[in-house]
Amino acid sequence: MNKNKGRSRFLVLCLAPATILFFVFMIIPTLNVFRMSLFERGAYSPNETFVGLKNFQMLITDTQFIRSMQNMILLVVIVTIITFGFALVFAAILTREKIKGQNFFRIVFYIPNILSVVVIAGIFSAIYKPENGMLNSIIGLFTTMTDPILWKGETLVIPSLIIAMVWQAIGYYMVMYMASMSAVPESLYESANLDGAGRVTQFFQITIPLIWTNIRTTLTFFIISTINMAFLFVKAMTSGGPNGASDVALNYMYSQKDAGLYGYSMAIGVVIFLFSFALSAIVNKATDREPLEF
Amino acid sequence: MQEKTSSRSGERLYMAFIYLVLALLAISILVPVAWVFMASIKQNSELYGNPWALPAGFYWQNFVEAWNGAKMGSYMLNSVIVTALALVLLLIIALPAAYCLARFKFVGQKLLHTLFMAGLFINVNYIVVPIFLMLRDGDNWLKNLTGTSFLLNNLFVLAVVYAATALPFTIYLLSGYFATLAHDYEEAAYIDGAGYGTTMVRIIFPMAKPSIITIILFNFLSFWNEYIISMTLMSSTSAPRTLPVGLLNLMQAQQSAAQYGTMYAGLVLVMLPTLILYICVQKQLTQGMTVGGLKG
Repeated sequence: MNKNKGRSRFLVLCLAPATILFFVFMIIPTLNVFRMSLFERGAYSPNETFVGLKNFQMLITDTQFIRSMQNMILLVVIVTIITFGFALVFAAILTREKIKGQNFFRIVFYIPNILSVVVIAGIFSAIYKPENGMLNSIIGLFTTMTDPILWKGETLVIPSLIIAMVWQAIGYYMVMYMASMSAVPESLYESANLDGAGRVTQFFQITIPLIWTNIRTTLTFFIISTINMAFLFVKAMTSGGPNGASDVALNYMYSQKDAGLYGYSMAIGVVIFLFSFALSAIVNKATDREPLEF
Repeated sequence: MQEKTSSRSGERLYMAFIYLVLALLAISILVPVAWVFMASIKQNSELYGNPWALPAGFYWQNFVEAWNGAKMGSYMLNSVIVTALALVLLLIIALPAAYCLARFKFVGQKLLHTLFMAGLFINVNYIVVPIFLMLRDGDNWLKNLTGTSFLLNNLFVLAVVYAATALPFTIYLLSGYFATLAHDYEEAAYIDGAGYGTTMVRIIFPMAKPSIITIILFNFLSFWNEYIISMTLMSSTSAPRTLPVGLLNLMQAQQSAAQYGTMYAGLVLVMLPTLILYICVQKQLTQGMTVGGLKG
């Protein structure tokens, strides 16, 4: 009996701090996003008035919101496809082929992942600078430019963001897939070689199916994190500009908070929450395969 | 015979192509980073010329200007304090919780574990506005009650928020490791008369050292580099800023003042600690990936 009491006391002592912090700073704020989206709230007073779904009705007709959602979806889709495509192919090459300096490439490719997004924004502002930026000066070697290319101008800002985001994410996923690919037994490739299967066939028939479970989980988390990364990049690189051309939903939510429109800001938050849950559920369902063992 | 040589030259072409692509990718990462280091020691006048020219000399004034004039020195101290505090808090709180969730059966254990796992899907930046408002309301309430407030613009509170929001990932990683251990360890310790606490701290935690190092590394990087929460919770002009927020302000200020040298020196100051750490521990970091695979 005494032992039981000691056991419960031990459990409570160990679990209470984590549970309390988790509830105060994660569960309650999450519930608050949903609750506050139904209210209107003064900028400096805690008084709230219930407005029902009015905030959401306003969202539907807000063109800047629709634009920011479109940008977010575009960034998530394109960045995911490019990053995963490249990361899988490079990881396969670095694990399968006898590349000299394999370690060197692995160490270098991981560097962007350890840098702050603010630092990356600084690096890319030096790359994209219209006058004497790195990119324009390289292009200038091949052609004579009359006007400098405005990489952060209205037309090119989204592709420029995509390049920066892929640059940041690619190494991390590559190193991770290298770890899981090196666990695939060599004998499978040897027998495939005897059967005359080429590299491409081996990649699609052996490597990809055998690490599918890993790809699937990382894909779901990558999509959620890209919604967030898009915000971090936009906030540091362009602040949504020029003229809102690169605004993404989370950045729009944040700017509405700065304007003191808390209820409206949280209505955007609700849409983002539902969107990310729906998207990960769809991806999870669409990538469902019978797991293979090796 | 003919076929063999042609396939061999095809093979060679394929390998050459692969090396070319790998080298291009490596260059696209190394050159911009090295360029920033180079630009940080250039005089401002040099930064208007050819971007590929080597620096004329070591112009340390940029660093002095960034460290003192732009207050990056005191921001660095703030970042060190917040990161260290948050890491210590996180370890003290997450280790026992992860251990209990993984090794004990009790009422509500499954529910609690599921809740923490659901937390993996909640991105901190989705909930930064409610956290800010909660702390601000708390501050207003404190002000009415005692005349002082300390929740916003406080490094310690920021560290608590960092630690709290890192809990799901950390507990997921640690409890995954604890679950793989055999129960014999604890049974042997109990027979020797050790209590629950002693067993956990003396027997189990030392075995988890590799996992603990992994979570310290990942969380160090995320705390050190974080800027949205820090910017939101430290919004007052007199508030202690962390390094990335200070750098962001510096970058926005330099765009109008065109003091590029100071800005690049600031960039170097922010990335140097992470780069040095990476060089020291890159083995653990890239090997910890298999367990840390879910972090984005």
